[in-house]
Amino acid sequence: MSAPLLEVKDLCMRFGGLLAVDHVGFDVRPQEVFAIIGPNGAGKTTVFNCISGFYRPSSGQIALQGQAIAGYTSHQVARHGVVRTFQNVRLFKGMTVLENLLVAQHHQSRAPLLAGLFNTASYRRSEAEKIERALQWLDVMDLRDFVNREAGNLAYGHQRRLEIARCMITQPRLLMLDEPAAGLNPQEKKDLQQLIDQLRRDYRVTVLLIEHDMGLVMGVSERILVMEHGKPIAMGAPDAIRNDERVIKAYLGEA
Amino acid sequence: MHAAGFSSHLKNALIATALAAIVVLPIFTLHLERAGTRTIIVPEWSTLLWGCLAVFVVQLLRPLLAPRLPRFALPRLPQAAPGQRKVLIFVALMLAASWPFFAGRNAVDIATLAMIYVMLGLGLNIVVGFAGLLDLGFVGFYAVGAYTYALLFHWAGWSFWEALPLAGAAAALFGFVLGFPVLRLRGDYLAIVTLGFGEIIRLLLVNLTDWTGGPDGISSIPKPTVLGLEMTRNPSAEGGTTFHQFFGLEFNSLHMVIALYLMALLLAVITLFISNRLIRMPIGRAWEALREDEIACRSLGLNPMRIKLSAFTLGAMFAGFGGAFFAARQGIVNPESFTFIESALILAIVVLGGMGSQLGVIIAAILLTVLPEVAREFSEYRMLIFGLVMILMMIWRPQGLLPMKRHHVEVPA
Repeated sequence: MSAPLLEVKDLCMRFGGLLAVDHVGFDVRPQEVFAIIGPNGAGKTTVFNCISGFYRPSSGQIALQGQAIAGYTSHQVARHGVVRTFQNVRLFKGMTVLENLLVAQHHQSRAPLLAGLFNTASYRRSEAEKIERALQWLDVMDLRDFVNREAGNLAYGHQRRLEIARCMITQPRLLMLDEPAAGLNPQEKKDLQQLIDQLRRDYRVTVLLIEHDMGLVMGVSERILVMEHGKPIAMGAPDAIRNDERVIKAYLGEA
Repeated sequence: MHAAGFSSHLKNALIATALAAIVVLPIFTLHLERAGTRTIIVPEWSTLLWGCLAVFVVQLLRPLLAPRLPRFALPRLPQAAPGQRKVLIFVALMLAASWPFFAGRNAVDIATLAMIYVMLGLGLNIVVGFAGLLDLGFVGFYAVGAYTYALLFHWAGWSFWEALPLAGAAAALFGFVLGFPVLRLRGDYLAIVTLGFGEIIRLLLVNLTDWTGGPDGISSIPKPTVLGLEMTRNPSAEGGTTFHQFFGLEFNSLHMVIALYLMALLLAVITLFISNRLIRMPIGRAWEALREDEIACRSLGLNPMRIKLSAFTLGAMFAGFGGAFFAARQGIVNPESFTFIESALILAIVVLGGMGSQLGVIIAAILLTVLPEVAREFSEYRMLIFGLVMILMMIWRPQGLLPMKRHHVEVPA
């Protein structure tokens, strides 16, 4: 059993009088697919926002491979290798597919300003490498045909894939997907499941997932955390969760 | 359906008329007149009535006539092939560099001013057009540049070329320091705070009398030297050589005017080159990405503060260069040259040209400096015409004269 990649302990997030996240704790092991599920308003996305640094948690600890990252700003968290997608896709819509992937590689070359101004050979090489990497990812995501298209004009399913590609190109340790299947048709959902498996297998990325689509969650994740009203109510393997009484009650209401 | 349309047109026309009446009433209708020792208000109702009637008729007929009016779309520039483009740029540069030798002194002088505004417009374009940060205090950095040269000359005797890099650096430093606290604000709030900073810098210049000479400013600032040679009739120092002596020319003050223009042109071209490179570089892409979606940028590890600061600082730097050159051209700086109206003018250049569009900004800068000089007879109506042009632009061409065409990084699909 290897040490966990991400450890969350006693995480609380309070908005005024509302305790949106109430002592949530879990850990994600390397190369695992870990899902958080729960009814609407259960606090899943709030947990995501705390981990990715968009919210500063009211209390609790978040550690990435032993390093405390609670209270880091979002771009610091991202620089530590934790990147995320959003429930409503957030692409740079006016920029091309390729440029979206170039922006994501902002930190992967330290080309000094002057090298760029004078268009030196080393600068040109670093740009060419970025484009090359972007094209590789577009091949993986089956988006190569759209490379010069404006991202905002892509079909919704393609936009979702591009958003994942944009995360992956930063070479993250932890990929956080916030409802990646929302708005996808059944075929696209199947493709997404294959994609997640492939990313884990080929790129050894760990995935933390929020999803409502039970088929996808049960098919792809190794462990599942169930939340309701900000509290964790169950955690375990898909089969155990499927048969857990509290979970059934939370989803279907009292009989 | 037609009747309903007409009644809504009538309603619009009546509202427009009422608004016009409210605006016109205090300005054109109520005249103050001296009657002996007292001042009395003399209303002049006829101007109000005619004005309102004109507004009413125009507004009523506008929707009826609008479809019949010829649509004027400004011609889109034909896309030149990269090879052609280079030739075009070269020809334009040659023309810009050679025409002052055949033109009159006044025209060259105005063109120099236009080049300063091109530089300022391109600088602000980085902040507003590329990074999408609304900066209403840009003139503050212009002032910092101008005063850096003026003060360095006044207190330490520095020459223009020695002071120029420092003027840019000082303005950039101001941009950096001011940007630090304010760039966490966005949109309207940022605009208001930058507006305040512009004014603070001006007020500092007015009130630091011991250093800056207060409202009188600093005068007799020397013009730039050319190749290290002064462009004056007699050398300022004993035994010095001036430009006309060195080249064995008859002294002609026109030489100075032309030299100033060429320097301004050079600085403007350098500004264009740098801003043109920047937008194609990772930092330029980051500016655009930040303008599109700050949250997505953060989630990818881009530090929004740093990216905004870089735009703010670089923009300020160009304003600093422009300011130093302005000080050298005028020979005198005082706070009067750096009022808010100047910021508004530079912003108008960027908006009129099309935010982010460098060619548009250049054309707008030239238009907005040359037109008022050409139409000197109408100088009383300058602001009126300015306002009218802005309104017409908003109606017909809200995206600017030459809307930004994004430079795409493209690869063969």
